[in-house]
Amino acid sequence: MASVSLQSVSKNFGTHAVIHAVDLQIEDGEFVVFVGPSGCGKSTLLRIVAGLVAPSNGVVAIGGEDVTEVPASRRGVAFVFQSYALYPHMSVARNIGFALETLGLAKDVVNQKVLAVARMLKVDHLMDRRPRELSGGQRQRVAIGRALVRQPEIFLFDEPLSNLDSDLRMEMRLEIARLHKDVKTTMIYVTHDQSEAMTLADRIVVLNQGRIEQVGTPRELYHAPDNRFVAGFIGSPRMNFMSVSSHMAADGPQIAGAGHLILALDASADETPVAEIGIRPENLRLVDQEEGRIRCILERVEDLGHEHFGYCRISDDTVWVIRLPQAPLPDRIGKPAGLDFPASAVFAFAADGRRILSAGLKDQAGEASLP
Amino acid sequence: MYRTKRRIVRGLQIFALLLVLVYTLFPYYWAFVSSTKQGAALYRSALLPALDFTYYRQLIDNPIFMGSLVNSAYVAVSTTFLSLVIGVSAAYALGRIDFPQRRAMLMIVLMISIFPQVVVLSGLFELINWMGLFNRPSALILTYLLSTVPFTTWILTTFIREFPRELEEAAIIDGCSHFRILTRILLPLMGPSLASTGILAFILAWNEFLFALTFTLTDENRTVPVAIGLIAGTSRFEYPFGQIMAASVTVTLPLIAVVLVFQRRIVAGLTAGAVKG
Repeated sequence: MASVSLQSVSKNFGTHAVIHAVDLQIEDGEFVVFVGPSGCGKSTLLRIVAGLVAPSNGVVAIGGEDVTEVPASRRGVAFVFQSYALYPHMSVARNIGFALETLGLAKDVVNQKVLAVARMLKVDHLMDRRPRELSGGQRQRVAIGRALVRQPEIFLFDEPLSNLDSDLRMEMRLEIARLHKDVKTTMIYVTHDQSEAMTLADRIVVLNQGRIEQVGTPRELYHAPDNRFVAGFIGSPRMNFMSVSSHMAADGPQIAGAGHLILALDASADETPVAEIGIRPENLRLVDQEEGRIRCILERVEDLGHEHFGYCRISDDTVWVIRLPQAPLPDRIGKPAGLDFPASAVFAFAADGRRILSAGLKDQAGEASLP
Repeated sequence: MYRTKRRIVRGLQIFALLLVLVYTLFPYYWAFVSSTKQGAALYRSALLPALDFTYYRQLIDNPIFMGSLVNSAYVAVSTTFLSLVIGVSAAYALGRIDFPQRRAMLMIVLMISIFPQVVVLSGLFELINWMGLFNRPSALILTYLLSTVPFTTWILTTFIREFPRELEEAAIIDGCSHFRILTRILLPLMGPSLASTGILAFILAWNEFLFALTFTLTDENRTVPVAIGLIAGTSRFEYPFGQIMAASVTVTLPLIAVVLVFQRRIVAGLTAGAVKG
């Protein structure tokens, strides 16, 4: 077990910068998830921790020791790959034991350890099979077994579930969570799936274009995103956004947007003008047009059985998603409607994407507090 | 309507296939037919073999010809082995390890193989003489490498480039050195491409004539193609056509055997496929 610390780590491929001076501290035993859209550098960052990619600048420390120049095999890390990367020409048993074999351990010691791990992951009946004779879930287990057998200080997972179908993905997600509870080893997990991140992580690191956008617990990221990117990335369906303009009205400053949206601001509002607002689908309520703060047309409803999503067109290029408590009457579809929301549910963002904490929206309980 | 059309197309396909087969196999068949005919029968163009194996018996009793078969086997096997060893090592470096002159290296490797044999012949002759290898089979191995190493390197480089990177990274995490990755992970998975490049190198070395003619002098050091070319009749006026044909058929047999053996591996490798595990 060990902590991991990255100090202004950056990586360039040629002239193209993939990681921009990232600082990150991961505590011993923590489960940290790197999440971000494809191409944000999350896999590269993980490979830098593993030692598979050398950083262009900066320091990587594991357990307080500078390992920037230490080769991958001496860092005490184990890596689970997206494609599993099992050796196709070796049996399951040899796949799991290959690292120990490479270390030069005695055959019976290797066998014993391999068997223990295989039992734990319930693949001990498959020991003589080749990887191609296994199902996706079994391959995944073998890949985890290969990592586990070395008793690493740190587990690194690179989108390990993305090749599985969705049922199996849920199941393996639970198993990885259980694994972390059992072995209590530091784990770093890369995914582009925000729901995986939300369910697994102690802390989430949101990456975008090689920079850390925000680090925090799943709750923090959901309820108090630092910026528009994090607000839009965390949560499913994603947050609804709308560009707004600020101006001075007779009774004080206000912001206005599509669908006849007008929100009054306190005179004490922050000087940074609000450029965009965001509201999560579950904070919107479908009402009659006159009662709503925003006018829209209910275009379409998706009935998923346990929940219902409405798609409300506000303007030509703005469609908001709303989570409905129950399916609306069919005759409301295609008709004008209104959207209502508590002012406390409104996230305000500046033109550069930063969140404005003291936007000063009236009739609100102040900053959205963590429930 | 469509049914007849499909049948016609199918019929045409089979016809085209037969045409190609006849075209490629006829010379070999003709050599076999000729090799079993005696004397004047050679000059009649009968298509059926006479099944008289006198010439084959003569060949087996001919120590010089059998010696040249051994020479050929030695030269071809060594050439194949050496070019695969050099090719794999070079390809691993060129395909996987990043170094600045990589592209230039690849181009140079390719450049080596563009010169016609005749162009390099006299230069190589000097080189062989200087190294004291003239009239030795090893001279042939050394010079054949000139033509086999470039293409083995190129083919294997392509293969190694397409090899899943994650598999190699897994091996690095598992503590493997470059050498161990090559011997334990890459080589076992490279069977099919090694087999196909190996076959090509073997065929090239087995059939080569010009270098073999130039760099060997005495009968006991000749390889088969040269030995066949130099088979003489019992008198000045006899052209030993039957003997030459029998020898030609005989030297082709090892090639067919090699191709058949390795082809199984190639096919096995193709169906195993799925390197991604």
